[in-house]
Amino acid sequence: MEFSFELLFEAVVFGILLGCFYAAVSIGLSVSFGLLDVPHVAHPAILVFGSYCTFVLAGLGLDPIVAGVVLMPPFFLLGMAVYRFYYEAFERRGSDAGVRGIAFFFGVALIIEVGLILGFGVDQRTVEAAYIGKAFSFGDMRIPMRFVVAFGVALVLMTALTLYMSKTFIGRAIKAVAQDEQALRLMGANPMRIKQWAFGIATGVSALAGAMLIIIGPVEPAMDRVYIGRTFAVVVLAGLGSMTGTLAAGLILGISESIVLMHFGASWAPAVAFGLLLVVLGIRPQGLFGR
Amino acid sequence: MEALLKVREVSKHFGGFTALAQVSVEIRAGERFGLIGPNGSGKTTLINCISGALQNDSGSIVFDGEEVSALPAYQRTRRGIARSFQIPRPFTSMSVLENLVVPLEYVRHRGTLHIADTRAEALEILRTVGLHDKAQTQSNRLTQVELRKLELARAMAARPRLLISDESMAGLSGNEVDEVLAILRTLNDSGITIIMIEHIMQAVMRFSQRVVCLDAGRIICEGTPEQIVRNPEVQRAYLGA
Amino acid sequence: MKFWISAAGVFLLAVLAAATLKNEYYFFAGYTVLMFVVLATAWNILGGYAGYVNFGTPAFFGLGAYTAAVLFKAFALPLALQIVAAAVLSGALGFAAGLLTLRLRGIFFAIATIALVVIMETLFINWRYAGGATGLQLLRPPPIWPFQSYTTMLFVLMAGLAVMAVAIARYIETSWLGRGLRAIRDSEEAAEASGVPTLKLKVFACTVSGALMGVAGAPMPMYLSFIEPASTFNLNYAIGALASPMIGGTAHYLGPVIGAILLSSLQQLVTVTISNEVNVLVVGVMLVVFVVAAPDGILGLLRRIPWKRS
Repeated sequence: MEFSFELLFEAVVFGILLGCFYAAVSIGLSVSFGLLDVPHVAHPAILVFGSYCTFVLAGLGLDPIVAGVVLMPPFFLLGMAVYRFYYEAFERRGSDAGVRGIAFFFGVALIIEVGLILGFGVDQRTVEAAYIGKAFSFGDMRIPMRFVVAFGVALVLMTALTLYMSKTFIGRAIKAVAQDEQALRLMGANPMRIKQWAFGIATGVSALAGAMLIIIGPVEPAMDRVYIGRTFAVVVLAGLGSMTGTLAAGLILGISESIVLMHFGASWAPAVAFGLLLVVLGIRPQGLFGR
Repeated sequence: MEALLKVREVSKHFGGFTALAQVSVEIRAGERFGLIGPNGSGKTTLINCISGALQNDSGSIVFDGEEVSALPAYQRTRRGIARSFQIPRPFTSMSVLENLVVPLEYVRHRGTLHIADTRAEALEILRTVGLHDKAQTQSNRLTQVELRKLELARAMAARPRLLISDESMAGLSGNEVDEVLAILRTLNDSGITIIMIEHIMQAVMRFSQRVVCLDAGRIICEGTPEQIVRNPEVQRAYLGA
Repeated sequence: MKFWISAAGVFLLAVLAAATLKNEYYFFAGYTVLMFVVLATAWNILGGYAGYVNFGTPAFFGLGAYTAAVLFKAFALPLALQIVAAAVLSGALGFAAGLLTLRLRGIFFAIATIALVVIMETLFINWRYAGGATGLQLLRPPPIWPFQSYTTMLFVLMAGLAVMAVAIARYIETSWLGRGLRAIRDSEEAAEASGVPTLKLKVFACTVSGALMGVAGAPMPMYLSFIEPASTFNLNYAIGALASPMIGGTAHYLGPVIGAILLSSLQQLVTVTISNEVNVLVVGVMLVVFVVAAPDGILGLLRRIPWKRS
């Protein structure tokens, strides 16, 4: 196998597009786990659930991106409900919440995965749109349009969320509650409501991310398993709670995976995320921009 | 009295935030030492660095002639440094008695002594803090003051030479404060060096022989209780200016 | 003493069943139930006692199975030695993985264990000597006297292994080790401050847990006369090992046993009559319900019933 700069360049370009997408699917987890400390191992499952909801709406004639946006409010409410339940059942009771919290979300992920299998079967599902199936040509390179579209949506989504977190009052309240809950309480704000709102936002964002997931490629119910590696790798590499770090981490993962994919084949790609995660945990657990 | 604990130029940072900036202090054996300072001044961080819950970024911590800053917390406990926690952390699945059996087994007996003897020792300690009759109670059913006493009892069970009491009296009533102070005084009489972190000024001043005041990670004043109280720097730190 | 009498009784029951029952199906089903008892008991040592959730059961189980298979293929090693080798290798994996990841918070350890499964599975998919992705056929040797059927022999063997696993768990639970692990679970910071060597104890628990999971996997290749990566590193083992103690009760060594018997029987019933997916759904729902409403598991519920009336 000869080394070729063109191949490497193509891999890097793909990696950047893919990486931005990975950042967008992980940014919800960056809030729910990075900032709120919720052991949300069901995050990828909700992502895939979002993909399937998009599939259903697309079947009714909606453009997938529009479907994703339409799904954001109901997913926001779903997130608020889930957090409220988690808070009442676990965080309030204090001790032993860690083990039970992880087991709880594991159970939820199982239920979602199996629910999807029972509802849609194990076959892969895809959506159709004007930008799916076509490709841009740059010299010898062919870049599928859907990747560029997903990249664009991902950038917009992440910019919007980052601005929200840093510019709006609620956004800053969320960051504050992550750092010093006591102080916030003393100022009269209710930490639980703020966290609930944040979790809702994280889930709402995941709806659009799920739409992008099915735009980029076919989805199947068991996909949450490979995405648990990717999303946690991005969030840990970024540094818990860092929004801007998420993009950098996503790009690193995307480019690494793309290079491995091009040179060693598809069967090795999922291992990249897990490998990266283990390396980060071993060498620098606080990530690139950790607090 | 020679120094039991020598803290030299200890610093600790959290990201960009400096919690401790080259703090140096010496504690003599048998001393009753008070540590005060406004919220966020670094008191608990300093305690965490001494006990090993945190690793100091630079500087040295020498206990009884031995450099301990590289040792994990459990080894420092085995060498004689014990601490209570600001927010009580009982072993909630265990009874009050069992809470004490853990340090008794792990600090002194290393699992070799038969359980019956450990229980007798644990009961003795509970007697001195007044929790004797609650020995079989599940530790998550205790009142605030009982939890504080359990924290102290558990630290005592490690048979320390240095005991760090981290705000053991916060939120307690006047009588309860006196109870806890009496326990600490008795411990000190038996030879245990005590570092007390407290916000209740009258308790710290009554108890301590020497007091140090921290503010924003630095020591701003050191002296007897009377000297500290009169110091304008201390007043400014607490009242803000 | 009561425990050993009951344990001996259980084992004798298994031997009796082996001697009298003729339908091989009982031993197939029984073997699976007993295997899950070992897995659940092993899981609980780290997950229940110390509070560190492990999603990577298939990695240890699978390593044990493949160790046995490869040693059998290479040296025709007898089953007893296969089991010992599996225990050593899976224990070593537990030790290494624990040392690397147990310094971190529980959730990071949990995610890292998922990575372990992916790594192990990838390794064995690419190892042609062990059969690669297509798998390895194995020819069973004749059963050891006085057994007539190899399956029946494996059933009695697994019964013995289950008793051994529960005995080990019981010893850890009731000793100073168990107290230290429980202290870690209740408040790791306070445990460390009380002189408990938290990392060492956690790594110890992870090693023992991994070893026992390997032991559970070792007879598998002989049981199936076949081994291949996808089914060996299957998620069902992770689910069963985790859900059984969380449903049965994590504080006591009988909890995983009750949970494993219940879930394994349920699995056999539902998978055969309806589908494997519905079985996972049922387990998922039960897990969520128990974790939320009955955190002490079935054992906890039983204890709340006033047995003595006077």
